[in-house]
Amino acid sequence: MAAEITLEFKKTFLGRASLTAHFRCPLDPPSVTILFGPSGSGKSTILRCLAGLEQPDEGTMSFGDEVWFDATARMTVSPQARRLGYMAQDYALFPHHSVEGNIAYGLTGLSSQEKKLRIDEVLRLLHIESIAQQNPTQLSGGQQQRVALARAIARRPRLLLLDEPLSALDAPTRAQLCKDLRRLLTQLAIPSIVVTHDWTEALTLGDQMAVIVDGRFVQTGTPQDVFSRPTNADVARVVGIETVVKGTITEMRDELATVQVGTVALTAIASPSLESDVFVCLRAEDVTLELAGAAETSARNHLKGTVQTITSLGALVQVTLDCGFPLTALITQSALRDMNLVAGSHVRAAFKAGAVHLIPRN
Amino acid sequence: MNWTAIWVTCKLASLTSVALLLIGLPIAYWLAYSKWRWKFVVESIVALPLVLPPTVLGFYLLVAIGPQSPIGQFYTTLTGSTLPFSFQGLLIASILYSLPFAVQPFATAFEQVDRKLIEASWTLGLSKLQTFFKLILPLSTAGLITGVVLSFAHTLGEFGVVLMVGGNIEGVTRTVSIEIYDNVQALDYAGAATTSAFLLVVSYTVLLLVYTVNRRVWSVWPQK
Repeated sequence: MAAEITLEFKKTFLGRASLTAHFRCPLDPPSVTILFGPSGSGKSTILRCLAGLEQPDEGTMSFGDEVWFDATARMTVSPQARRLGYMAQDYALFPHHSVEGNIAYGLTGLSSQEKKLRIDEVLRLLHIESIAQQNPTQLSGGQQQRVALARAIARRPRLLLLDEPLSALDAPTRAQLCKDLRRLLTQLAIPSIVVTHDWTEALTLGDQMAVIVDGRFVQTGTPQDVFSRPTNADVARVVGIETVVKGTITEMRDELATVQVGTVALTAIASPSLESDVFVCLRAEDVTLELAGAAETSARNHLKGTVQTITSLGALVQVTLDCGFPLTALITQSALRDMNLVAGSHVRAAFKAGAVHLIPRN
Repeated sequence: MNWTAIWVTCKLASLTSVALLLIGLPIAYWLAYSKWRWKFVVESIVALPLVLPPTVLGFYLLVAIGPQSPIGQFYTTLTGSTLPFSFQGLLIASILYSLPFAVQPFATAFEQVDRKLIEASWTLGLSKLQTFFKLILPLSTAGLITGVVLSFAHTLGEFGVVLMVGGNIEGVTRTVSIEIYDNVQALDYAGAATTSAFLLVVSYTVLLLVYTVNRRVWSVWPQK
């Protein structure tokens, strides 16, 4: 049996929906798993259960061949003995220690020389050598995040648990640190589980992801799969985007990028810092459908396609197209009637350059 | 001024503070972190000396440590002497009488340590005991100083319990507050005035110190 983390548990709350975890995630090769869901869905609680800070009421939890929790045997392994790195949402840095002191805190059982070496190594890895002597209260949000990460990885944990690692930061910092975090996680090669409610973070950071809605695991897969092929309406509502395809930036001019997706070229707004490999993301509600031959509009992108499926979602209809890549549009029932769309109809899909989100991919 | 009485008082107050630091810390830790539903029962017992007349506390203590009681007999077989009207007996009484003045500031300080920091310490591999010494204590210094200083000051001014349990033995159990009472009984108003002024200055200085480190002294019970 391949080494994996297995969660099979249930936790009940007073006056709140219970939480059911049915989940496996591989440990080898080390990868990043995203727990994705809206706030209140229970994803942070699952992470806390994994860390041993909270206990489920029923079920089991294991890490490789170690059992970490078993409700029937009334056994649980303490957070100390799980040897993992856990980073809380607000970083929880120790105010009475310097940055260096925070990193040294968990390095018990090492000689002072080994300790010093390890601290220097971690400081370098996270590029925080210059703030080593400062107090956490003097640091910016981004610096605090790095220190918290440094502290968590200093004792070489077997598993890294990050609870909303970027949510305490402001938006411009977040995009940059998200890329940095992905690079760091790849470099560290420690199995990691990251909780987030932000789909751009999920796509950038995750190798695989699980969507949690109302305390249940509703879909697992690669982030691209989950975002582009939600298995049910719950997931679609939560993930909010329907089209995620791989693309390559071929040209960049005045923040307008030309992105090649298969045989199709799209125009998108892009920040100059983007590398050429990207995920192209489109929300179905941003895509309009026109009959072939309609007049041009201000939208930059017009793609010819064939209707594949038509799914009714109440007042709206979800139409999937083949435009050289799968594309999903959300239109009203009356538009569907007026346009006489059926499977196989030829249409033109239109969307503005601003509706195309480009997410770095590595 | 009777320097012997001042010496006895200072010795008693210092030993009481040190003892309360050692006894108070585990009690306060338990009160701050226990999730036991009947915890309030223990909280009330610890707080009892705040409201109980010193004579009542003194009376029960006298009975409890007297030569007829198991504690008294045990002490006698151990040391060959008796507890009532001795400095040791007085010390036990002082510790009990000042217990809430130490435990309450300690517990308040412990409760104010952010739960997330404690959890971070656990996930970094530190046991609960290591976390207590490396995290909780250093972040609670203001509360610790407050508790120690308050028990010192409270013991300085003790009267009823001292009289009941310690009596009035020169050089052994006669404290400053009893000295003042004696002076007044003997119509030695000048002596009483000097000693009173001395006690006033010392108490005020001690409270100044407490208020410097922690301005919320009188919120004596942990705030939720």
